[in-house]
Amino acid sequence: MNKRNKNIKDIAKPNQLLSRFNPRGFGALKFLLEKEFKQILRNKFLIRVIIFLPLIALSLLPMVANFEIKNNNLAVIDNDHSPSSSLFIRKIVSSGHFHLVSVRQNYNDALNDIEQDRADVILEIPAFFEKDLMTTYSAQVNVTANAVNAVKGALGSGYLMQIIHNFSNDLRSRFMAGNSKIQTPAFEIVPRYDFNPYLEYKFSMIPAIIMMILGMISGFLPALNIVGEKEKGTIEQMNVTPVGRFPVILSKLIPYWIIGFIVLTICFIVVWIIYDMVSVGGYLEIYLFATVFVLAFSGLGLIISNYANTIQQAMYLMFFFVINFIFLSGLYTPISSTPEWVQSMSLFSPLRYMIEALRSIYLKGSHFGDLWTKFAALVGFAVFFNLWAILSYRKKA
Amino acid sequence: MNSTNKNEHTHPTPTNGQWKTFGSFVQKEFYHITRDQTTLALLLILPVLLMILFGFSINTEVKNSQIAIYDPSNDVATRGIIEKIKASDYFTVVRMLNNPAEIEKQFLKDDLKMVVIFSDHFYENMQRTGKAQIELLTDGTDPNSAMTVVSYASNIIGLYQQDLFKIQQIPFEITPSVKLMYNPELKGPYFFVPGILGMILMIICSMMTSISIAREKEFGTMEVLLVSPFKPMSIILSKTIPYFVISLVNLATMLLLSVFMLKVPIAGSLFWLVTFSILFIFLSLSLGLLVSSIANSQLQALLFSGMVLVIPVVMLSGMIFPIENMPAFFQWFSKLIPATWYISGVKKIMIKGLGFTSILPELGVLISMTILLIGISWKTFKYRLE
Repeated sequence: MNKRNKNIKDIAKPNQLLSRFNPRGFGALKFLLEKEFKQILRNKFLIRVIIFLPLIALSLLPMVANFEIKNNNLAVIDNDHSPSSSLFIRKIVSSGHFHLVSVRQNYNDALNDIEQDRADVILEIPAFFEKDLMTTYSAQVNVTANAVNAVKGALGSGYLMQIIHNFSNDLRSRFMAGNSKIQTPAFEIVPRYDFNPYLEYKFSMIPAIIMMILGMISGFLPALNIVGEKEKGTIEQMNVTPVGRFPVILSKLIPYWIIGFIVLTICFIVVWIIYDMVSVGGYLEIYLFATVFVLAFSGLGLIISNYANTIQQAMYLMFFFVINFIFLSGLYTPISSTPEWVQSMSLFSPLRYMIEALRSIYLKGSHFGDLWTKFAALVGFAVFFNLWAILSYRKKA
Repeated sequence: MNSTNKNEHTHPTPTNGQWKTFGSFVQKEFYHITRDQTTLALLLILPVLLMILFGFSINTEVKNSQIAIYDPSNDVATRGIIEKIKASDYFTVVRMLNNPAEIEKQFLKDDLKMVVIFSDHFYENMQRTGKAQIELLTDGTDPNSAMTVVSYASNIIGLYQQDLFKIQQIPFEITPSVKLMYNPELKGPYFFVPGILGMILMIICSMMTSISIAREKEFGTMEVLLVSPFKPMSIILSKTIPYFVISLVNLATMLLLSVFMLKVPIAGSLFWLVTFSILFIFLSLSLGLLVSSIANSQLQALLFSGMVLVIPVVMLSGMIFPIENMPAFFQWFSKLIPATWYISGVKKIMIKGLGFTSILPELGVLISMTILLIGISWKTFKYRLE
């Protein structure tokens, strides 16, 4: 191999063009880059993907990817039919957390509403509710919540309990107002949601979706590019040149790095136009993180392209990694609520650091100083993946 | 070949010989699959992988959430409430703040979920004016976990209040008795298992069948099969049998994983769950046949089944994202997706433990969809290749 390279060099020496640079060094990079850009610009499909993927994903996904829990459908069984019980029901409906869908005569009918997904929560007011309340000063109500969707079940029953609690407080202050002997200790609990006061789900999804798009484009494209060259056989032509593997890898990396920036910018513009959302923190910091993140994902794409022989294999492999990274990134649910071992696994997902960083900068306005550990982790991934990509690149077919 | 067996059978078709040919076609298909070890591994490992990923990484429980406390009062009541919060498994107090200016800064830096802020002279105000206040400041960038954390914290603080009332004999207390149906421990996988079943069966049956038929077209071996005296429709049917078997294996794997690994029990009848799933497998296979009659190359089949079958199932079937949150158009669209009905049926039988009669609507829709799809793929099936 070495001997052959030497021979090629010897032959190339008299050539004026090649003698101007060391073919194994970076002089060749300029020409390789020119080739890559020409290929990319010629590929209409690629350009369409770069422009339309962010547009479509960002306009459709936030509408669908919505875990928001706003309307709990309520079924009521009022066995008391007293002024107090109807006041109680009105109080619940006016809280805005519940949507009264049915009033049933017995528990089985209401249960059927839950079974057929018409209702999420059942409230059963027992007979003599008002009488108990007035004579024994205490009463009981039954709450049944559908907990197949655990979040919805927990929140629905939680809200109902809070309203019941507030209702008792109201009654107390109304009936005890004249009685100065009994002083009721009371305090109120005020929830406040920082950064996103109306708890709009799309605010938390959009930064994550942007990073998914960026990760997919900067990971899949270089992998498909190299494997595509392998399938067509044109990679052979590259391999017989005296150009070293370092410039070859760089020439594959740099164009997708630039594409990453373009995609990110398109994403920000789309989000600004459609959702009127701009970053709370600095864009400079976001781009700084994105620089390293794109490098890391492109490096992963290159590693895969070194091992895969067909486009199908590369797709499956990349799909495998991307789906693992996404699930371990805290995109859907907070990492802190997963089991220990999943939490330690998630440390190996570059997407986790990037999504956390982008959410913090974009939504909260965090600064680089707050997030430097995440930056360091991303740099680690970028170095590791790209070193591996360069070392595993073989010029032999 | 047929004539030798004709006398032994009274009915004309299918004869023993045709069955034999059919058997060897099926055998050929099994050889194809077992030889391509990457794909076989994908077929068998994908369900396990997805089960683990969904089961463990999508978890909505509040556990050890990091919180900070700002307590300017530091009196009997606030200390009592803080003790209650510290005693619960849900929260870990990582920091006591001394200065209100620190509150916002902590959110920027840490993985802090909530700051509990007491008002001044808490105990005094609580006893006299009733104007004492506890502010629960949460990080709204993750809405659901913010709401869940607030609701857990409110309940814990409510417990403190109840204790207080018990001592002081406070009247007009309405106590709710809460029952959480189907999933009393509020585990995440209860919601996802039916969805994963639907997605995997759809991927294996539709995507893999259509790709395998498209591969024969691409390699030109379809031509060889079609010129054989065997009926073309039977050739296609023989291709679906191995995938049917693999789907059954996957169904068994996923149910076992769900029961023993994720601890999601099968609350209703196993018989009806399996029967209902087999109906869905038939439906997915007929979808796969339909795709294969449109696609001519593997890449086309892959893209088509990916875009038209898998993405809608993942996004719109209610598998991950609740359908009731979607805009009206998508809600309407989701009704056209077979997996939506399958997932809803599985939820009823497997999670809610309801009887056969409760899934009659789902069953009806799926049966008519299957008949329709088989009809269409029968009509569009091409006996000749261009």
